[in-house]
Amino acid sequence: MVGPVEAEKGELQKPQMSDCRDAYASMLENLAEQDARVCVVINDSLSSAKMKDFKTKYPLRFINVGIAEQNMVGVGNGLANGGMVPYLCGASCFLTARAMEQVKVDLAYSKANVRICGMSSGMAYGQLGPTHHSIEDIAWTRILPNLTVIVPADDVETAAVMRYSLHHEGPMFIRISRIPVPRVHRDEYEFRLGKAVKLRDGSDVTIITNGVLVSRALDAASLLEQEGKSARVLNMSTIKPLDEEAIVDAARSTRGIVTAEEGLAAGGLGGAVAEVLALRHPTPMRILGLQDVFAPTGSAEFLLQHFNLTATGMRDAALNLIAERT
Amino acid sequence: MSLGEGSGRPSIADDKAQWLSEKANWIRLSAMSMTNHAKLGHTGGDLSSADILATLYLGQILNVDPNKPLLQERDRFVMSKGHCSGAFYSTLAARGFFPIEQLKTFMEPLSMLNGHPDRNKLPGVEANTGPLGHGLPIAVGMALAARMRNEAWRVFVLVGDGELQEGSNWEAAMCAQQYSLDNLIVIVDRNRIQQGDFTESTIRMEPLMDRWTAFGFAVQQLDGHDHLALHQAFSSVPLEKGKPSCFIATTIKGKGVSFAENKPAWHHGVPTEEQLEIAQRELGVEATW
Repeated sequence: MVGPVEAEKGELQKPQMSDCRDAYASMLENLAEQDARVCVVINDSLSSAKMKDFKTKYPLRFINVGIAEQNMVGVGNGLANGGMVPYLCGASCFLTARAMEQVKVDLAYSKANVRICGMSSGMAYGQLGPTHHSIEDIAWTRILPNLTVIVPADDVETAAVMRYSLHHEGPMFIRISRIPVPRVHRDEYEFRLGKAVKLRDGSDVTIITNGVLVSRALDAASLLEQEGKSARVLNMSTIKPLDEEAIVDAARSTRGIVTAEEGLAAGGLGGAVAEVLALRHPTPMRILGLQDVFAPTGSAEFLLQHFNLTATGMRDAALNLIAERT
Repeated sequence: MSLGEGSGRPSIADDKAQWLSEKANWIRLSAMSMTNHAKLGHTGGDLSSADILATLYLGQILNVDPNKPLLQERDRFVMSKGHCSGAFYSTLAARGFFPIEQLKTFMEPLSMLNGHPDRNKLPGVEANTGPLGHGLPIAVGMALAARMRNEAWRVFVLVGDGELQEGSNWEAAMCAQQYSLDNLIVIVDRNRIQQGDFTESTIRMEPLMDRWTAFGFAVQQLDGHDHLALHQAFSSVPLEKGKPSCFIATTIKGKGVSFAENKPAWHHGVPTEEQLEIAQRELGVEATW
C-alpha cells in the first residue's frame, strides 16, 4: 500500500506499478482453459484489449466483429443464449455509449450472462480527448436494473473479479483502466460481490473510492495522519449491488464522507453513496470528480491532477469537510 | 377448424399447405382479437407475418420442443420485429408453448404477454425484442455459439423491411459473412410499409436482393403467403454452403383482411368489434377465444 507521495519522500521504495489489463487478459486465458464456454468478442480491439495471446490460444472461441459495437453486444446476447459465456472486450467509451440501447435491452433487461470488459475507462486515454474518455460509463451502467457494475483497483483485484465473473448469474460491466496503478490488495485477496473493502480504518472521515484512485486515497489517509486526522478508506469496487451497510457504518462512525471517482461526479459513485445516505443517514459529503465538464487536453495523470483526483485533493476535501463539522 | 391443434405434423403437400393456411388465418384472427381486447397492437405486421410464422412453427421447420423449451440443441427463432407480438404469441400458443387461454391476458397488468416479447417471462421466446435492429445481431451470436460448440442447430430470424433501416443489421450482416454462418437464416417480411408510410417513400429499401447479395448472403425471393413455397424454401437451407441465407418474403401488410391490406394506417390499427367480425368472415376461421 505504497503510493507516490511516500515514495517521493524517499521513505519507501517506489512501488511496482501494473496495468490491470494484463491481469484481466491473463485470467481470461485461465478461465478459457477451465471452461469451454468462455469466449471473447472484440471490436477491432486486439491490442487495446490485450487479446493477442487469447486469440492465438483459443482461435475458435475468439470473435472479432470489427468496428461495430451494437452488433458486438447483440452477438454477446446470442452467444450466451447459445450456451457460451462471452466476454466483450473493448474500449469502455464505445462499448457503453455507442451500444447503450443494446446494453440495456440485450444484456440488462434480458438478464443475459454476458460480461462487458470496458477497457481504458475514465480519462485513461488522456490526450485523445473527451471522445475517447469514458467518464459517463458508471452513471449509465449503474442505473440499469440487473446489471452488476465493478471497478477493480489493482491487478490483484482485477484478477479476482475476473475469476469471480465466470460463475456470476446475469450481466456484468467490469471497468478496467490502463493507467498503471500500485498494488493495494494482498496476493490472497478474494473478491466478494457487493462488499466494500476497508483498506484502512479511521474515525474522523471516510474516503470512498475505487479503481485507479484507491492508492491515492490511501496516500491521502497518510497525509491526513500527518495532520492528526484519522481517515477510513473504503474500496467500493462493486458499485452495483452497492454495499449500503458499509456506507451507513462509515457515516455513523466518522464525521463525513469524501467520494472520489475517475469520471463525472453526477450519477456516479458519489451519487450512489449520496442516494444511500440521503435515505438512511444524511451526512455531509464531498464528491470529487468532473463537475459537469468534459476534460481539457492533457495526459491521464495531468487530468487527474487537474480535477484534484489526487492524494492532496482528497486530503484537502477531507480537511475542509472535517473543519465544517467541527 | 378448432383451436390449438398446433402440433400436428403435416407431410408437406397441397392439403397440408391448406392446413397451414388455415392455421395462419387462425393466428391472424387471434392476433386481431388480442389487439381488439388490449386496444393496442400491430395488426398490419401481425397479418403479413402469420404465414411465415405458421410455416416455421407448425410446419415443423423449427426443431423445438414446447415441453423442453430450453433444450441446448434446439433451433433458435428470433422475432426481431417484436412489435408483431400478437402473431408471435398466437403462434407459440398454437405450437403448445403455453395455453391458448393465456392469449387473453395480452398486455393486461402483470401479464406474461408484454407488448413486446420477454424471454424471462414466456417460454418459447428466445430474445427480448422491440427496439428494431436487435434481432439479427443476437441471431449472429447464436449462430456463432452453435459453431463454437460444434452443434447442428440453426438460427432463423424474422426481420421487418423497415427495420433494415437500422444500421446494426448491416453490422451483423457483415459479421455473418465474415464467419460464413450458413446456419443462419434471415427472413425479411417485405410488406413494403413501415409505421408512418411506405418504405420506398420513407427510406428506399430497393434493390433489397442486391443489398443482401452484396453483403454475402445467398438470397431467394419468394411469396411470403405461399406455404408450399415457404416450406420448401425453409427446408432447403442453407441455400449455399458457407453462406448465410436470406429469404425476402414478399408479403402484404394486413394480408387477408380487406380493410387492412396495404394501408399504412393499419400498422398499429386497432380493430373494432364490427371489423373483427368482418375479419373473421374473410379469414374463414372460428372465433378464437
